[in-house]
Amino acid sequence: MINLLWLIPTLPFLSALILIFVGSRLSWRIAALIGAGSIGLAAVLTILVGYDFLSSGKEAYLHVAWNWFQAGDLSTTFAFYLDSLSMVFIFVITFVGFLIHIYSIEFMQEDEGFSRFFAYLNLFVCSMLILVLADNLVLLYLGWEGVGLCSYLLIGFWYSEEKNGYAARKAFIITRVGDTAMAIGLFMLFTVFHTLNIQDILSQAPLVWTTGASMAVVIAFLLLGGAVGKSAQLPLQTWLPDAMAGPSPVSALIHAATMVTAGVYLITRMHIVYELAPLAQLWVGIIGAITLLVAGFSALTQFDLKRVLAYSTISQIGYMFLAMGVGAWSAAVFHFMIHAFFKALLFLAAGAVIMALHHEHDMFRMGGLKTKLPVIYWTFLIGAASLAALPFVTAGFYSKDQILWLAWAGEKGNLWFFLAALTGAVVTAIYTFRMVFITFFGEAKTKVSHIPGMRITIPLIILATLSLAGGFIELPHTLGHFTLFSDYLSPLLPSVALKDGIESTEWTIQLVTAVLALGGVYFAYILYVKQPKISDEIKSSTFELHQFWFRGWDFDALYNLLFVRPFVYLSRVNKNDVIDQFYMGLVQITEYFNSTFVKTQSGILRWYVMGIVVGAILIMTISLFVQP
Amino acid sequence: MNVLPVEMGLLLAGVLFTLGLISVLIRRNIIFMLISVEIMLNAAGLAFIVAGSRWAQADGQVMFIFILTMAAAEVSVGLALILQIYHHLKTLDSDAADKMNG
Amino acid sequence: MAFYIASIIAILATIMVITRYNMIHALLYLVVSFLAVAVIFFMLGAPFVAALEVIIYAGAIVVLIIFVIMMLNLKEESVEQERKWFSRNIWIGPGILSVVLLGELVYILVTSERVLLNNTVVDSKAVGLSLYGPYIIGVELCGLLLMAGIVGAYHLGRQRRKVVHRFLEKTEE
Repeated sequence: MINLLWLIPTLPFLSALILIFVGSRLSWRIAALIGAGSIGLAAVLTILVGYDFLSSGKEAYLHVAWNWFQAGDLSTTFAFYLDSLSMVFIFVITFVGFLIHIYSIEFMQEDEGFSRFFAYLNLFVCSMLILVLADNLVLLYLGWEGVGLCSYLLIGFWYSEEKNGYAARKAFIITRVGDTAMAIGLFMLFTVFHTLNIQDILSQAPLVWTTGASMAVVIAFLLLGGAVGKSAQLPLQTWLPDAMAGPSPVSALIHAATMVTAGVYLITRMHIVYELAPLAQLWVGIIGAITLLVAGFSALTQFDLKRVLAYSTISQIGYMFLAMGVGAWSAAVFHFMIHAFFKALLFLAAGAVIMALHHEHDMFRMGGLKTKLPVIYWTFLIGAASLAALPFVTAGFYSKDQILWLAWAGEKGNLWFFLAALTGAVVTAIYTFRMVFITFFGEAKTKVSHIPGMRITIPLIILATLSLAGGFIELPHTLGHFTLFSDYLSPLLPSVALKDGIESTEWTIQLVTAVLALGGVYFAYILYVKQPKISDEIKSSTFELHQFWFRGWDFDALYNLLFVRPFVYLSRVNKNDVIDQFYMGLVQITEYFNSTFVKTQSGILRWYVMGIVVGAILIMTISLFVQP
Repeated sequence: MNVLPVEMGLLLAGVLFTLGLISVLIRRNIIFMLISVEIMLNAAGLAFIVAGSRWAQADGQVMFIFILTMAAAEVSVGLALILQIYHHLKTLDSDAADKMNG
Repeated sequence: MAFYIASIIAILATIMVITRYNMIHALLYLVVSFLAVAVIFFMLGAPFVAALEVIIYAGAIVVLIIFVIMMLNLKEESVEQERKWFSRNIWIGPGILSVVLLGELVYILVTSERVLLNNTVVDSKAVGLSLYGPYIIGVELCGLLLMAGIVGAYHLGRQRRKVVHRFLEKTEE
């Protein structure tokens, strides 16, 4: 069964091809069948392959499909490498992807670009699978670019509205900056190792570099640049809130569950390089910590439902980066998996709410949906609880708690990381439940026009279940120490060494985080349900700060000033295109000579004869008097 | 029997050729131009005969016959063209046929 | 001696050709020039070509030109035109060029070795053998050339009546 691994990315690719070429002629049922069916088949295959892989007890499985190209030292193949890390990722991608595809069948039913949507979505899933299954960095880069392309296509899916096109462009350009850094990193990796095969690099790296080698640090920073772009961390995070212009399934799949975690995958996959470059690893953590705070505070002020979730995604990926920064690789992957579940759930539920209220995005104009849309309410509530990491019952608690614990107690953890994570947890709880209370409680300000059907609610229910139950595969020491997940990943990813004598504080830390999370929920409850006037007062008294956080800490304005304005100015100055003038000059010189020489072609016969005579004289003179 | 140097013959041919050349360059009338070309062809033929006589071979005369044939064909076609030009342009001025300029 | 006389006559006649205003006068002088050149041919030991020169060049080509001139039916104004177009100034440029060219020719002649002519006569039999021997291809090509000349001259010389559709004839008036 495991030799069917190559089918997992191929099936979505084939269905994307079919839908691209003949999709417009197919009925929506067939298009949906092809589109969602291919991912469903891929999910089934993943389960079969996974079962085979786990029961065989092998550490890794490599399948070389074909030789791609060979250029000098570089020999690139289309090879798929399955180990525990990529197993987790393909499970999440295909499974969550399948649920989102089912959801999209109903969500995009009325849209005339139905088959185009599924084509893009399938192409995306294929690219993402290639990314995580890639055996060498070139193939990974192929998948990387593929997901970037599909992200652009899907954000700007409703392209007839200009602002969607702008948002798609912004996303693509900003991630491009990161991609360039990553490409330079790949080039440097090649110059050091003369191969881009991941396993070769990882095995040779400790032999070539000592810890703290400058080359390793530079390469690690460059790869971090790529990861930062794709995962929307500081300083390249400005594209994600605007990417909410795309349809909700797109936001769920790409910008919550999978593409934005490509950066996490990259860093985790190349973890040996980061272990050899402590400075870079430290900066991974710092970036994660700062980002989670920046995004968390921004989420507090948003009124668009999807933008809250976008900032929340940025913040949660900040947690993953923070975990990687302290060396807690499996904790980061664990949080990735759980985050995929509850964030996809939240986005899908938000999409259902928006669709039910006939495309109303503003939270403050929703309300009272608790009774009107019960299934969505309960699933949303579960997702929000998982996000806020409510203790014991939600999966989010276990994953986030592990990160907090390792930030405090891990060998590379320090107080600042822990405090940042803790503050972030409180802020997360506040803004999450602010979102829940405003949207679902209170009086209904917009009527429900459309109750979502089965295809929307069933994926929500499944994801809600996973958001609750998914955490039980990794319980911390104090609660039973059931380390199924990290044991699974441990051959691949080193576990975190703890500081000496710090295990005893684990209980305290857990208690503190649980209490703070609950306190955040209660705080939100007071502000938004019990006494809304207090929140209005707070908002008006801190209006400047509120607006600053609302605008995403003014990063957009900063980049506009630093990059966009000079570029526009330069292009306006160069309107006549200085370089073009050179070529125009060439043309003008030629035209001048032409007009001069044309006068010799007067049509008068005698002049032509004279020309012949002059030529004859010249030739004879030269042949007679100029000695060769 | 007079023995004359070859250069004289060739010089004569050269002078005749040059005279024909001047005439071509000066005249505006097409027919005069044609006549001048005939002078030049004749001069060239003379040069060939002189050369053939110098080597006492028939090749020079053969060449002259070819030139003669060519001149005859050229004159007949040229005169037919002159007729057409006169018919269209109503003049024998060669400068009037300057439409292919610029 | 006779050579020099004939050559002087040829040169003088040619100069008269190129300075006449009247076309027929020029052509007559041209005939004289050709006859002088035929005499020179005869003296060089090429009797066949001399006869050919008289018959074809002076006899056919010049006569052809005369016929065409008569067909064009030019009146006095052509002579007037020539008078108008001729001026002192136009001799300068061509004169200089041609003198330069002649000078180069003379230079070549002077700097080459002096060879004397012998007086052998190459008669028509030798020419005929040469033509139908090694130069047979040239003969064929000349035939083709003459054919082309005939066809071309016939086609180009035709005066076609313009055919106008009878409905349009009225509007032409």
